[in-house]
Amino acid sequence: MAAAVRPSTAALGPMLVKQTWAEFIKLFRVPAFSTTSIVLPSMFYAFIGLGQARQPLGPHIATTFGAYFLASMALYGVANVMVLGFGISLANERGQKQDLLMQSTPLPPVVYFVAKALSALAIAVIALLVLCVFAAVAGGVSLSASQWIALTTRSMLCSIPFIGLGFALGYLASPNSAPAVTNLIYLPTAFASGLFFPLSLLPKFLQNVAPYLPLYRGAQLVWDAVGVPVSSDPLSTDWLYMAGFTVAFFVLAVWAYRRDQGRKFN
Amino acid sequence: MGDPVVELKGVSKRYGSVLALDNVSFAIAPGEVVAMLGPNGAGKTTSISVILGSRKPTSGTARLFGLDPRDLKARSRIGVMLQESGVPGMLRVREIVDLFASYYPSPLPVAESIRIAGLEEKAGALVKDLSGGQRQRLYLALAICGNPDVLFLDEPTVGMDVEGRRNFLSQIASYASRGRTVVLTTHYLEEADQLAQRVIVIDHGKLIADSTPAEIKARVAGKHVVFTSSRTLSEADLAGLPLTGHQLDDHRVKLLTNDPETVLRELFGRGIDMTNLEVAGADLEEAFLAMTHHAEKA
Repeated sequence: MAAAVRPSTAALGPMLVKQTWAEFIKLFRVPAFSTTSIVLPSMFYAFIGLGQARQPLGPHIATTFGAYFLASMALYGVANVMVLGFGISLANERGQKQDLLMQSTPLPPVVYFVAKALSALAIAVIALLVLCVFAAVAGGVSLSASQWIALTTRSMLCSIPFIGLGFALGYLASPNSAPAVTNLIYLPTAFASGLFFPLSLLPKFLQNVAPYLPLYRGAQLVWDAVGVPVSSDPLSTDWLYMAGFTVAFFVLAVWAYRRDQGRKFN
Repeated sequence: MGDPVVELKGVSKRYGSVLALDNVSFAIAPGEVVAMLGPNGAGKTTSISVILGSRKPTSGTARLFGLDPRDLKARSRIGVMLQESGVPGMLRVREIVDLFASYYPSPLPVAESIRIAGLEEKAGALVKDLSGGQRQRLYLALAICGNPDVLFLDEPTVGMDVEGRRNFLSQIASYASRGRTVVLTTHYLEEADQLAQRVIVIDHGKLIADSTPAEIKARVAGKHVVFTSSRTLSEADLAGLPLTGHQLDDHRVKLLTNDPETVLRELFGRGIDMTNLEVAGADLEEAFLAMTHHAEKA
């Protein structure tokens, strides 16, 4: 073996780094996506939260409305990035037959999907930081260091099942219907989970459905992080629900992906 | 010649009731430049898809370097330019070439890929701002950036102007001259003639010819001679002419020949009066029909 043996495939590490960066700038350079994902949660916060931000949430509760609504919008914002960023961008890329080109390259599909997930997580972190700074400065929200850490880590953890959901929607919806379908699913669920208005103001029927929605379970976790007393279930139940949703959405995503691939391959 | 880099064995591909490929077999050796020629819908793109592993044959097998085409080791040695594939619009040319180069074990330097494709001036442009021709060149840059042993080009010059096509073909020729294997599909015989040493003709999913461009040209080249005669012509008027086909439709006469000069000289000699004379290249579709017909008779 005197001649230099050339490696038969490229190293995955550098490939993942470059792919993640490319996915990130692809998302970031689409103003319709980057501004709505990053600015929208802060905008909702300004419209709904700022007016009464400094008032306590209830008679015997130390947490202010500003902190409570910050947690609501943090969860709304990060999950929004996953569902829209992942779902709509995947559907669009399929519509433009970009998958055709990618499949002819030696890029392993796993690297492609991990890169997409990492880039969406990065955008979610930015959206979350912008919102936190805005709430702290404009809404005067002051939390302890451990509360800030709990709020941000729990928000990010709660965004993970929505990666699976976005992925599934990206393969199930057509490029034309993707924005409508994702918004139709996501926005009403956000309302029904009590992220915009307290559940007690919603119809009884929705109040009964809410505990089975992923955003409701996520909401209990982020509200608890800022000191809001939450529902009767212990937090471990909420975590279990989130884990279950994660598994279910990822199974759905893999199924949708395989279905799409099988259709093209055969 | 070494082991074949591409091998199809008895490949058929059925889409519903349509048989897109019908028992196609061929092998391509390292260093060959092969054109797959055929009219639209003949099965060229399906053949490429099967070779690349993006479509599964209904029966038969496809091999790339003796491996399953879906094997990443095989894919790491090929570059592909596909018809109608999309590309992310929000990346810059340099960024996407750099990204694609990272997929391959021993890529070309990014600047070199961009230079070969003739995109230096657009290296900093967003992909979405490229013109159609520039986009085709970007696809070439993406196909060669991995320094592949085999380059697949599916209808690479569709939508290019004459000048663009000429430059593009010379870039591909110079790449092929480095000893690389090139497989391209086209429905232009000239393009096949200019680049390839070997032409595989596919029509209605069947392989109907596999030989040198010169030989294929002799079989498919031909001119239409069309005119209106003052009297109705009969078969006797055409006796002895070097025709490969003819159609008499009242006063309208349509002849197919490889030697229009002789045909016209003879017709004038026979005192046939012509108006509205036209001599035009036979279109490939008709030539293919003639070839398919020959193939069936043979």
